[in-house]
Amino acid sequence: MMELEEKAEELLETLWLGTEERNEESLPLENIAEAEKEPLSQLLKAGYIALSDDRVRLTERGRTIARNVVRRHRLAERLLVDVLGTGGMLTHEKACRFEHLLDRGLDESICALLGHPKICPHGKPIPPGKCCQLKRTPARKLVSSLSQLAQGQMGKVAYVYASESGKLQKLMAMGILPGAPITLIQSFPSYVFKVGETQFAVDKEIADSIYVRLVEPEDAGEIIEKELPEPGRKLRWRFGWWPRRK
Amino acid sequence: MSEAEAVPLRYDEFLEAALSRIGGLLKGHYGISRRAVGLLLLQGDPQMEREVKKRDAASYSLLQEIVSQARAHYNQPLSYVIALRRQQEARRLVSAVVTLRGKRRPGFAEWLSRAMMHPVSGSLILLLVLYFGLYQFVGVFGAGVVVDFIEGTVFGEWVNPWVTELVRGFIPFQVLQDLFVGDYGVITLGLSYAFAIILPIVATFFLVFSIIEDSGYLPRLAMLIDRVFKAIGLSGRAVIPMVLGFGCDTMATIVTRTQETRRERIITTLLLALAIPCSAQLGVIFAILSGSGMALLIWAVTVALVLLLVGYLASKVIPGERASFYMEVPPLRLPKLTNILAKTYSRLQWYFVEVLPLFILASVLLWLGDLSGLFGLVIGGLEPLVKFIGLPPETAVVFLYGFFRRDFGAAGLYDLHSAGALMGVPLVVAAVTLTLFIPCIAQLLVMWKERGAKTALAIAAFIFPFAFLIGFVLNLILTRLGVSL
Repeated sequence: MMELEEKAEELLETLWLGTEERNEESLPLENIAEAEKEPLSQLLKAGYIALSDDRVRLTERGRTIARNVVRRHRLAERLLVDVLGTGGMLTHEKACRFEHLLDRGLDESICALLGHPKICPHGKPIPPGKCCQLKRTPARKLVSSLSQLAQGQMGKVAYVYASESGKLQKLMAMGILPGAPITLIQSFPSYVFKVGETQFAVDKEIADSIYVRLVEPEDAGEIIEKELPEPGRKLRWRFGWWPRRK
Repeated sequence: MSEAEAVPLRYDEFLEAALSRIGGLLKGHYGISRRAVGLLLLQGDPQMEREVKKRDAASYSLLQEIVSQARAHYNQPLSYVIALRRQQEARRLVSAVVTLRGKRRPGFAEWLSRAMMHPVSGSLILLLVLYFGLYQFVGVFGAGVVVDFIEGTVFGEWVNPWVTELVRGFIPFQVLQDLFVGDYGVITLGLSYAFAIILPIVATFFLVFSIIEDSGYLPRLAMLIDRVFKAIGLSGRAVIPMVLGFGCDTMATIVTRTQETRRERIITTLLLALAIPCSAQLGVIFAILSGSGMALLIWAVTVALVLLLVGYLASKVIPGERASFYMEVPPLRLPKLTNILAKTYSRLQWYFVEVLPLFILASVLLWLGDLSGLFGLVIGGLEPLVKFIGLPPETAVVFLYGFFRRDFGAAGLYDLHSAGALMGVPLVVAAVTLTLFIPCIAQLLVMWKERGAKTALAIAAFIFPFAFLIGFVLNLILTRLGVSL
């Protein structure tokens, strides 16, 4: 496969968003700026796009490539927000530059590191990769869904993925908001966790939608630092409920 | 610090701008600050939207536009954005005044809490609660010792003879005498069933239920049982109406309001009507089957299987959103005696206000039916059905009682058993069929009110033949296997 330039990737991204998220099969040629004409010919030559009646559309091959570009872009956003903690300063440009550094293969390890996130920080879906179906997990994760934590593991809520607003309301009512300290107490037959000083029981579906940041970025100016664990700290309750004292 | 001054929580610039624009447009009187009204509008509070539409009709469309602009500005729902900011501020305040010094070692309550939620020890605790709380206290003590005393001694030796004499002395006609003190008399049947059999059982159950409720055990049970309940289309939250159903199915049907989806409410209503025996039924069944552990086991397993099977099928058939489970797990607490007594008392009061008129009505209807011969006709119609499931024809009366109240029917069963008319396999079959049998009048009325006529009638139309079918199958299996009890 040929290396694509940044501009070319961006054009693919625009076309993909058009077809997948705005239901526009093609883009009029005149909407493409003069500066982007150069990548246009590169993409045409590679067979990723096709021209007809002065409109540009993605080919089948182009669609796959474009989908991966979008995936990398949104993963890059997640990485910037969840791990590097650039919360308020997240810009499209930053993520764009970052995205092009994520080669194929690398995006899979980052996806796993982030616990196979389903949405970008803007709430848009991240197209799932092969690794998401296999749920491959690395030895050390930075972000993980609550359902994948070990018993007794602690962290802070990174974000919540709720497809329906009703579910989001429930989670909000439980105080599950980004930054809240959270500890998994039990995972069978249902998930029991502690947020602040309160315990809750939820089913797998809800536990799947809560993402927990296991390490803190430097800039976390929040309280209860003392409770923060070493990453992957061993559980205090070894065999379920039976207390073990050192 | 001197007197605290109210400093409003500041949101980001965009929200603040939207809030001040909304504030400028609001002219109506709301009783709360314009800022609060604005925040509720932004969060999409439906009640506040209606209020504003009424009081600021002129600028309503403009207000709507500001809200939708704000919505478009953020990627997350505004209620989420606002909650996040509030949480942030709350955390800032807490960090300014609270220091955490290490972690407290979990005490006994926490240890017990985890034992209750552990799959193995939790199941053991559930069995202990069922055995001591339900079987020993409600079944053996309530339905056995207390009922024997009140029915046998209080009513049998003191009240009934005295009242009978009194009525015979004052009322000259045999027919009218029967209305009060005959076989179906208001006093000898209605009142004595209500006070002698039902009251002790229901009182002991509500006492146990209040203790369980106040200790915080129910959320832990819900968590433990959620997976099983998911298979029958419910979530762990349904344990509350289900467990309450063991007290009174009518009350439990009202409590299904707390469930999230319509689908869950329908399934719970169906299962309550079909397979959850109420405390009076349960107490009587424990009392008549306690002679044989095997009989009790067959009854329990059959009813549990029916519950799971019908629940599973219902979850496949009834359309709607899947149930989701989330629940706060409060710390375990030692229940306070005064609270428990107050709760038990108010539940009993509700029960009797609802139950007593129906008992009396049932007595009057039975008396009328007996007088007019209609009663004999219905029993004649029921007899082949009863024989079909291998029961002696006398039991037809019990099923007729069951129409009026579940517990009424069970109480009739108790009488038949005491008289030695019902033993062995037919007794178990009768107990199972009566447990599954049509809900009592009160429950049917509440189902009608809560779920609508169509659903209530559909449930009743399903249960009636289904209960007899199960009775028939059970009788067939038990007699073919040559089980003797």
